[in-house]
Amino acid sequence: MRYLLRRMLHAVFLLFGVSILTFLFSTLAPGNYFDEMRLNPQIAPETVASLRAQYQLDRPLPVRYARWVNSVAHGQMGFSFAYNSPVGPLLWVRARNTLLLTLTATLLAWALALPLGIWSAASLGRLPDRALSWTTATLLVIPDLVLALGLLIMAVRSGWFPTGGMVSVGFESLSPLNKLRDIATHMTLPVVALVISALPMLVRHIRAALAEVLDAPFLRAAAGHGIPRRRLLYRYALRAAANPLISLLGFSLGTLVSGSLLVEVVMSWPGLGPLLLEAILARDLYVVIGGVLLSTIFLVGGNFLSDLLLLWADPRIRTEAGAE
Amino acid sequence: MTRRRPLTRWLIALLILHGVIACAGFFAPYDPLEQDRQRPYLPPMRIHVVDKQGHFHFRPFFYAVHLREGSFDQFEEEANTTVPMRFFVRGPRYHLLGLLPCSLHLFGAENGRINLLGSDAYGRDQLSRILYGGQVSLLAGLLGAGLTLLLGSLVGTTAGYCGGWRDEFLMRVAELFLALPWLYLLFALRAFLPLAVSPLEAFLLVVVVTGTVGWARPARLVRGVVLSVKERDFVRAARGFGASNVYLLRRHILPETTSVLSTQAAILVPQFVLAEMTLSFLGLGVPEPVPSWGNLLANLQQYSVLVSYWWMYLPALTIVPFFLAYLGLANALQEYAEPYKIEGRSDDSPT
Repeated sequence: MRYLLRRMLHAVFLLFGVSILTFLFSTLAPGNYFDEMRLNPQIAPETVASLRAQYQLDRPLPVRYARWVNSVAHGQMGFSFAYNSPVGPLLWVRARNTLLLTLTATLLAWALALPLGIWSAASLGRLPDRALSWTTATLLVIPDLVLALGLLIMAVRSGWFPTGGMVSVGFESLSPLNKLRDIATHMTLPVVALVISALPMLVRHIRAALAEVLDAPFLRAAAGHGIPRRRLLYRYALRAAANPLISLLGFSLGTLVSGSLLVEVVMSWPGLGPLLLEAILARDLYVVIGGVLLSTIFLVGGNFLSDLLLLWADPRIRTEAGAE
Repeated sequence: MTRRRPLTRWLIALLILHGVIACAGFFAPYDPLEQDRQRPYLPPMRIHVVDKQGHFHFRPFFYAVHLREGSFDQFEEEANTTVPMRFFVRGPRYHLLGLLPCSLHLFGAENGRINLLGSDAYGRDQLSRILYGGQVSLLAGLLGAGLTLLLGSLVGTTAGYCGGWRDEFLMRVAELFLALPWLYLLFALRAFLPLAVSPLEAFLLVVVVTGTVGWARPARLVRGVVLSVKERDFVRAARGFGASNVYLLRRHILPETTSVLSTQAAILVPQFVLAEMTLSFLGLGVPEPVPSWGNLLANLQQYSVLVSYWWMYLPALTIVPFFLAYLGLANALQEYAEPYKIEGRSDDSPT
């Protein structure tokens, strides 16, 4: 329990640190949302000043930060100037879409990477392993941006997949099953892009982790006892190699959140990415801060999740944590 | 000696690739900003050696093209006007490596323009723009990575060598930077800097922003090396002989970090090139008309371009050989530093 508590405290500390950091960045900003209003001769300087006062942009930094933390506690996360509404609800809708995308992609990528990585490690140095190594190396050098654009061009030319948005026109009138199918077809392209971008790294790590374990004496002994190879690989070897892979799970969730930012913008998926980009271009301060903070929450949450899993999977860590 | 071979091979490949980009003026037939409003979105011109009468030509040639009547993006070849390709021709003036005034080009034509990779909305030569764009993107990547490594080794050495509260504090800050998904961090930094700036300012901005984002990982690695080297016998002996801190760092400790730093450089440069591309693609980096690999791709955000003009995607493919060479170099360096390490277990393994 104390182990968990400490990890949790650490995560909270991290989040506070990130929020302070982004606030510090924001004071570097030479302009803000109301600067363009100030240039407009039709708006009196007093109006701009009063707007600034209303949103408390004229207060010193610590006061603004305290106010903001207070509003985070109320689930509002500051106020969006461009949307004229609290940031919280705005972000949650988008975050849900991003999560839908990244969680699906993470699951799929792992479902593919595990057998591939194990296969590669089991045939270390032989043809399947070498072919897979070459494939992952090739995929590794193709960046997200290139991949997403390439897929989009293919989709546009073939017409197999819808190329933007999350739902078709007339979505509201569809039956629940068709609604699900509609979202699924719209999701295909971005999910494929994310899976392909995450896959090579996962396969390589799984291969390396398993290759290390496969040499262990206990596995050779087990093989000598005539335990079937498949069971050996998936039950015994995987269990022994699980620790670094569980850490990798949390890590991969974080990288996918980062990667989805770009894929969302390219494929116009209504997630955090496009919202953040708009907010940057409009200088919508609190939306940017909220978006960055939320992405950190995903990452920290992913790491926390993998800590939990580690605790569950590895008795050594359990006893260590209990002994403290 | 055999272990060195892949290293030299990748280094030579990188040298050639960067050489081509550095001498963009020579390899590019035209000025990247020169417009030709008569040929917007011209598809890549087809190279011929056999003409329509079936005669073989020793010198490759093109057929002149013009817009089809009443169309704005459909071109047709003129069967009776050939544009022979000439090598080492005089063309638009440029500065080789930014210094030598020169006007010699690898190829070109005397009666008309050759757009080997087609042209963009303003009829600017795509090949020339890709080559010149590489100068911007690669330079941004190299400078950004340099800045990051400088910051990283500065912080890492301070933390590792001084220890105590400085170490504690610096590593906590590094953890903060690692906790942020890097693309979001990049965005957050960029968000609070001016938007409308001149191309040169934008370029410097991109370098500074990307450079300040990535320092945490190299800093941690350098700190680890410094911590372990600091306690080695030869360093203790040197200290016992009265060596000063500066001398110890310069003579004994920093040289030990070169292997980590060079591997990190090979990993970071492509990442930073990509960061520049991402920012410029989204309109937050180097603006038009200056070409960069990122803003060349930005055209593809328009649906019509995506559907009809596939050659606008070519800049994306040019970066693949560069990334391949850098990955190869990183692997070779890692193998060179730790020959017994299992491949695939790289420095970016989760902590």
